Amino acid sequence: MLSSSTSTAAILDASRLPLPLSRPFLFRPGASSACLAERRMRPLTEEETRALFERLSKYIGENIKLLVDRPDGTYCFRLHNERVYYVSEKILKLATSIAREKLVSLGTCFGKFTKSQKFRLHITALDYLAPYAKYKIWVKPGAEQSFLYGNHVLKSGLGRITENTNQYQGVVVYSMSDIPLGFGVAAKSTQECRKLDPMAIVVFHQADIGEYVRHEETLT
Amino acid sequence: MGRKLDASRKEKRGPGRKSRKQKGAEAELAHFLAADVPASKRLCSRSRRRAAKRCQELPTPVDKANADHQELSAPQDKKKDFHQKPITGKKTHEMQHQKASILGFSDENAEWLTLAKRKRLQSEESKEEECPELGYGSEEDSVSDNEHLSLGSGDAEEMVDDYGTSSNSESEQLPIEKAARKLKLLQEKKGSRQGSSSRDDNDDAVASDLALNMDVEEAFVLPSSQAIQEISLHPTDLHVIHQRIRDNVEVLQNFATRREAERTRQEYLTLLRKDLAVYFSYGDYLIEKLMELFPVSELVDFLEANEVQRPMTIRTNTLKTRRRDLAQVLINRGVNLDPLGKWSKTGLVIYDSSVPIGATPEYLAGHYMLQGASSLLPVMALAPQENEKILDMCCAPGGKTSYIAQLMKNTGMILANDANTERLKSVVGNLHRLGVTNTVVSNYDGRQFPKVLGGFDRVLLDAPCSGTGVISKDPMIKTNKVEVDLQRCAHLQKELLLSAIDSVDANSETGGYLVYCTCSITVEENEWVTEYALKKRNVKLVPTGLDFGKEGFTRFRERRFHPSLKLARRFYPHTHNMDGFYVAKFKKFSNMIPKLVKEVDSVLATEPTSLDIPAAVAAPAAKQVKNSKDQGLEVNEQFNGLSPAQHKTGVKCKRKSAMQKRLHRKSTAGKAKKHMYKKFKKGN
Repeated sequence: MLSSSTSTAAILDASRLPLPLSRPFLFRPGASSACLAERRMRPLTEEETRALFERLSKYIGENIKLLVDRPDGTYCFRLHNERVYYVSEKILKLATSIAREKLVSLGTCFGKFTKSQKFRLHITALDYLAPYAKYKIWVKPGAEQSFLYGNHVLKSGLGRITENTNQYQGVVVYSMSDIPLGFGVAAKSTQECRKLDPMAIVVFHQADIGEYVRHEETLT
Repeated sequence: MGRKLDASRKEKRGPGRKSRKQKGAEAELAHFLAADVPASKRLCSRSRRRAAKRCQELPTPVDKANADHQELSAPQDKKKDFHQKPITGKKTHEMQHQKASILGFSDENAEWLTLAKRKRLQSEESKEEECPELGYGSEEDSVSDNEHLSLGSGDAEEMVDDYGTSSNSESEQLPIEKAARKLKLLQEKKGSRQGSSSRDDNDDAVASDLALNMDVEEAFVLPSSQAIQEISLHPTDLHVIHQRIRDNVEVLQNFATRREAERTRQEYLTLLRKDLAVYFSYGDYLIEKLMELFPVSELVDFLEANEVQRPMTIRTNTLKTRRRDLAQVLINRGVNLDPLGKWSKTGLVIYDSSVPIGATPEYLAGHYMLQGASSLLPVMALAPQENEKILDMCCAPGGKTSYIAQLMKNTGMILANDANTERLKSVVGNLHRLGVTNTVVSNYDGRQFPKVLGGFDRVLLDAPCSGTGVISKDPMIKTNKVEVDLQRCAHLQKELLLSAIDSVDANSETGGYLVYCTCSITVEENEWVTEYALKKRNVKLVPTGLDFGKEGFTRFRERRFHPSLKLARRFYPHTHNMDGFYVAKFKKFSNMIPKLVKEVDSVLATEPTSLDIPAAVAAPAAKQVKNSKDQGLEVNEQFNGLSPAQHKTGVKCKRKSAMQKRLHRKSTAGKAKKHMYKKFKKGN
C-alpha cells in the first residue's frame, strides 16, 4: 500500500529536520511540517480514515464495505494535496511515476480535508454515493432548477422521500427521472415532512451537479 | 416531433443565414456561387410541372384585371403583357434584357416573330426533355422562362424544391454538404459542355447585373497594375469587390478562353488575393497560404464556410446512458436533433434548442459532452482497446480523453496530460462529470514524455497548432497568424511527435499505434511534420479507419512527400461541414531510434535492412551527399525540415557507392558537412 518511491520519501523526511531555510522550496509559509508531509500522495492515517468513513456512512451506511472490497480489483483511498482520491491499485501504480507537483488528479476525487481536519465531501463523489445511498429524496421537475443553482429543497418541490428518514440524515437528491442531482441533509424527518408548510426547507443543500458549471475551478 | 422541423429545409427559404449575418455582401456571394454555374438555375421536372400548374390557374383572375390591357393591345401582345405583369419591379431591366438576348425581338415585329419558337429553341439547347407530358405551349414555357431569367423570389423557391428532390436519398447529409456535392456535380457537367455554356454564362452575367443594379461589362477587364495598387490603398465598396472576385474566378476557371491576351495568370491571382483578403478580412500571409492549398473556386467555398458556425454536436456518454435514450430526453426538453452520421454511433447534431444545451440536468449529470464532430475522428482512428495503457498528450479540455475512456469502458488506464494548468481544471471537471475513473491527470510539458513514463500501447497527440481549421470558431486567426507562428507551431509539433513516438511501445500485443492530429489545414503543420517523423523514427503510416475525408497530400507545390501520406486524412469545413482537421495514424514497428542524424557516413556504409524504410531512409541520405558537395548550408536546412523533402524512390545502390567514393576524395566537404550536423544537433 506504500505508494511513493523511497527517494521522494527521503527528501520529505529530510524536510522535517529543523533546517527549513536550506530547502525553501519545500517550505510553505504558514504551513506546519505535518502539512508538508500531506502534500505527498499517501494512504490515509487512522484518524483521516475514520473522518472519511464517518462522513460516507451518513449517506451510504454500511455499504462502505462495498467500496473497499470490490470484486473487480483492489481499490484504495489516497491523500494527495489534502484531497482524497478513490482509485484502483493499477492506476495508482501508474500515478506513482508522476512527480508530486505534476500530478493533478487520479481516479475519482471524494472530497478534501479542511484546515480543521474535518472531511468535506465533493460533488465528484456522487457517482459512488448515488448507487449505494440508503436515504433518497426526489424533487419535482419545477424544483430541479432551483436545487441545481445551489438552493435548499423546499417542501413544495419535494416529490418523494424514503420512508423513516431521520432528521439530519444524509440524503441523495434525485430528479423524478432518477438522475442523481446532488446530496444534502434532511432538515426534517419523513413524519414531520407530511405536515409541513410548503415553503419550509426539507433538505439542506450540500452539493449539486450544477457545481460542474458554477465552480469548475474549485471542483476538486 | 422534433424531426419534422428540419433546419436545413427551413434555412433555404428566404434570404438565408449568410445574408442575415452580413447584409448585402454575403447574399451576393451566395448568389454569385449559384450564378457561377449556369445549370443551377434550370428547373427540375417537378418544379416545372408546378410552374405549369400555376400558369394554368393564374389566367382567370389576372385576365380580368388586365382587361384594359387587352383592349389596348393586339392579341399577340396580350400574352406578353400578361407575363410581364407580375414582375413589374424589374420590368425595365427585363425588357432590355429580352431585347438584348432575343435577337431582334421587339413590339414592332411581335406580330410575325413569336416568343414560343424562340423558347423552344433554347429549351432544346439546354437539354431539358425530362417532362414529356408538359407541352411546349407558348404560355407555359414563357412563364417558366420568365422565372428563369428574372431570378426573383419565385426562382429561389424553385431552388428549394430542387434541393429537396435531389437530396431525398441522402437525407442525413447536412445542407452545406449537399451544396458542395451539387457544386461538384455541376462543375463536372460544365466541363463536359463547355462549348454550349457561353450563352448561359452571358445570361447569368446579365441576371446578376439586374440583381446588383450596377453596370459592369460582360467581359472581365483586369485593372492595370497601377490601378490594382490604388485599389488596395483605397478599398471600395464591398459589392464592387465581390463582383470583381466573381468575375475573376470565372476567368481563372476558364483561363485559356477568357483571359486578356497580354495579362498573366499571376496578375489575375494577385488581384484575387487582394480582393479576397479585403472581402473576408484575412491577413495577407494566411490568404496566400490558403490560395496555395485550394483551387480558386474551392477557396471561395472555404472562406465562405469559415464565416458560418459549424452545427453544434454532442457525444453521448455511453458510460452513463444510450444515444436513443438521450435523444428522447433531449427532444422532450424541446431540442431539435439528429444523429450525426453513419460514421458515428454516439454523436448527435443539435439544430436548435429552447434550453441551453450546456446546462441541462442531463449535461450536468454527464450524459453527454459538447464536442465538435471533428474531434471524434482522431479517437476513432486511435481505436483504443479495453485494458490498454494510453497516453493523451495534450488532453484539454478532456473531450477526446473521455471518449477514449468510454471506448475502453473505463478499463485499463489513461494518462491525460496537458502543459497548461488552467486548462487542466476543465479536464478534471469533465472527467468527473462524465464518470471516467481510469484516468490520471498530469501537468507535464509533452516533450518530457518518454522520460516521465513510456511504454504506452497507444498515444494520441492532438498537437497545439495555428488553428487554421477552426477560423469559424476564432476569427482572430484570420489576421494574427504570420509565418513565424506557423514555423513555431511546426517545430513544437515535431518535437512533440517524436516524444510521442518514443512513448509508444512497439512490442505491445494489441497496440503500438499513435495518432497525430491537428485542427489546422496547413501543410507545414501536417504533412511536413508527418514526413519528418517518418524519417526520424521507425514508424509507418497505416490507414486511419475513417472512410471519408480527403487524402493527405503526397505532393504539394515543389515538395514531394512519402507516398504513404495518402493514408492520412484531411477534413474541411466546406466539404464535410466540420472543423478543418488532419488525422494521421502511425504504427511503430521498432523501438530502436535510427541513428540517421548523428553520423551520415554510417548510414551510407550500412545498407537499409528493413523493407519498409528504404524510401524514407535512403532517399534523404543520398540527397544529403549530393547537397553537401555543393553547400553545407542546404543540408542543415533540410534537417530543420525547412527545405523541400525530396523523395527519389529509385535511388540506386550503385549511384550511392559512387558518391561515397567521391565523398571520401573530397575530405573538406565531408568536414564541412559534419560541422553542420553538429550545429544542427545543438540547434535542436
